[in-house]
Amino acid sequence: MNIHEYQAKELFAQYGIPVLKGAAVQGVEQMNDALASLPDGVVVVKAQIHAGGRGKGTFKDGYQGGVKVCQSHSEALEVAKKMLGNTLVTKQTGPAGKLVGTVYFNEPVKIAKEYYLAVTLDRARGKPVIIASTEGGVEIEKVAAETPEKIVRINVDPDGGVQAYEKRVMAYALGFDGKELFKQFSKLIDGLVKLYWEKDCSLVEVNPLVVSADGQLIALDAKMGFDDNALFRHPEIEALRDLSEEDPKEIEAGKFGLNYIALDGNIACLVNGAGLAMATMDIIKHYGGNPANFLDVGGGATVEAVTNAFRIILSDPKVKGILVNIFGGIMSCKTIADGVVGAANNVHINIPLVVRLEGNSVKEGKETLANSGLAIVSADGMADAAEKIVSLVAKQG
Amino acid sequence: MSILVNKDTRVVGQGITGKAGSKHALNNIAYGTNYVAAVTPGKGGTSFEDKLPVFNTVREAVLKEGANTSVIFVPPPFAADGILEAIEAGIKLIVCITEGIPVRDMIRVKAALRDNPQARLIGPNCPGVMTPGQCNVGIMPGYIAKPGKVGVVSRSGTLTYEAVYQLTQRGYGQSSCVGIGGDPVNGTSHLDVIRMFNEDPETEAMIMIGEIGGNAEEQAAAYIKEHVKKPVAAFIAGVTAPPGRRMGHAGAIVSGGSGTASAKIAALKDAGISVAETPAQMAEALLKIYK
Repeated sequence: MNIHEYQAKELFAQYGIPVLKGAAVQGVEQMNDALASLPDGVVVVKAQIHAGGRGKGTFKDGYQGGVKVCQSHSEALEVAKKMLGNTLVTKQTGPAGKLVGTVYFNEPVKIAKEYYLAVTLDRARGKPVIIASTEGGVEIEKVAAETPEKIVRINVDPDGGVQAYEKRVMAYALGFDGKELFKQFSKLIDGLVKLYWEKDCSLVEVNPLVVSADGQLIALDAKMGFDDNALFRHPEIEALRDLSEEDPKEIEAGKFGLNYIALDGNIACLVNGAGLAMATMDIIKHYGGNPANFLDVGGGATVEAVTNAFRIILSDPKVKGILVNIFGGIMSCKTIADGVVGAANNVHINIPLVVRLEGNSVKEGKETLANSGLAIVSADGMADAAEKIVSLVAKQG
Repeated sequence: MSILVNKDTRVVGQGITGKAGSKHALNNIAYGTNYVAAVTPGKGGTSFEDKLPVFNTVREAVLKEGANTSVIFVPPPFAADGILEAIEAGIKLIVCITEGIPVRDMIRVKAALRDNPQARLIGPNCPGVMTPGQCNVGIMPGYIAKPGKVGVVSRSGTLTYEAVYQLTQRGYGQSSCVGIGGDPVNGTSHLDVIRMFNEDPETEAMIMIGEIGGNAEEQAAAYIKEHVKKPVAAFIAGVTAPPGRRMGHAGAIVSGGSGTASAKIAALKDAGISVAETPAQMAEALLKIYK
């Protein structure tokens, strides 16, 4: 789960990480009060969406830039009105863009230099890692690829805290060798790691971290992601969830324990197991088709879950065919076949449906499908199934 | 021979008195797996299905029944605690089936494993380990496998079944089948299992099934290139997965250009591994280079 910049900065402030004074609004009527809470003069207006590249983004109506420096409160008010309710397209949002539901006003700062700082998981070591670089405000992936020597990585033991030498290594690499800056950096790093650990984050990213003209370290931007598996112990984080940032079909699927991700193609798939679901997408592509979704019904798919899976799949107008791919391990294929037949009776299906069943009670499962009177195409093996659905969808034109 | 589990394995089931756990434990027992105890805190002194004594702690199961392997079906908020308890009790092999354990909890488990190198964790979020004909610990369907000489290792449950079944249908049995799980922080890597298969005299060939995310497949490929003479086939799932989206397994995510399927496939091919183009061809890919 991700949150917005203004929400992340509220968490930063709670953990003693310096941020600029700001105010977030969800409606035009809140804008005057929000601006009044900031000093007169220059105000930075920032559109709040879960995607990067906002500054260089373009709104659907042609208005340029999701981050604007305004010289006065009245200018900031005009700019904020243009952003709120508008759809911002950046290179991370895809062509559909994201609806701006919140605008964030920030006091300005004179920047002396920009840096990059993040805490995330080092999978290979099974430990958190701090990533720091003198190259702030740009894509860190690009820095890593082109000038890896400009990146410092320090694995930390979060229970033991960040060691003094680890802070020194980073501070010297970043050029924070002055006593005052080092003190600020040390406190900031402690806060970031504590925040990462206590709130079960998957990522805390400050890009850029800046040193202001008057020598203050400030987190100018903030990006945070959280471990979905740990949300059960953080109701305060769950409350920050912005459902308008998520695909409604994905939210609906989640209610039934289904793992669904919408994609761009036209062949829907319904599979048990995440690895097999990914592999099913791959084999559809291999035979020249395009998957419309990733869908893992899990190990304990009931008739109800399968019915809802069909309903969600069919709510996508792009879908021109369905491939069901089940390897019944412990679960009986008969159960799955009953689920498919039940679902097909409940939800009207008027597009090609190919079902591949394998494993436990496969014979009974295939009989159920054959005797159902439904126009179900049965397949033997994954390759056969993928070829059949791709050619059936292609025939439809 | 085989790896990790065999007929001498003595299993304690943690959390098997629950609904899902008991079903799978009974399946394992019916397969012939030697379960010796169950552990559920608060239920000590009772019996599991009139088959096994139930203890409050893993320590008791080790002391009284000589358990050396644990299988964990404990719910996600408490599963890491169960793993730590098993490590502390001296269990040598811990198989954690539970899906959805917070990463932070697994970071603590990983640290405990570093401090206790005698303990090996398989999983979490995995289908378990099976040595066909001898021992089945976890949720793999036993009937798809048969005793033989091909080792299978995978992050994914149903893809493991797919590969094992393809082999069995073609008349090739398996030495052991290992599901290492789909989480970003887990106990045992592809490389660890490949190394064990390589050192197991009864394993003649291997299938390794990977997926997008991380660099575990690349590490295994580097080892195979250097050390493994046995034929190895592989499949990588997620060629079509869009970057930045988590595909079910928390570990299956391509971020910042690392962990892509194409990079993994290139590393595998460079190591002389026969890479299956589709998941329907995993056994075929192996049989091209094995017998």
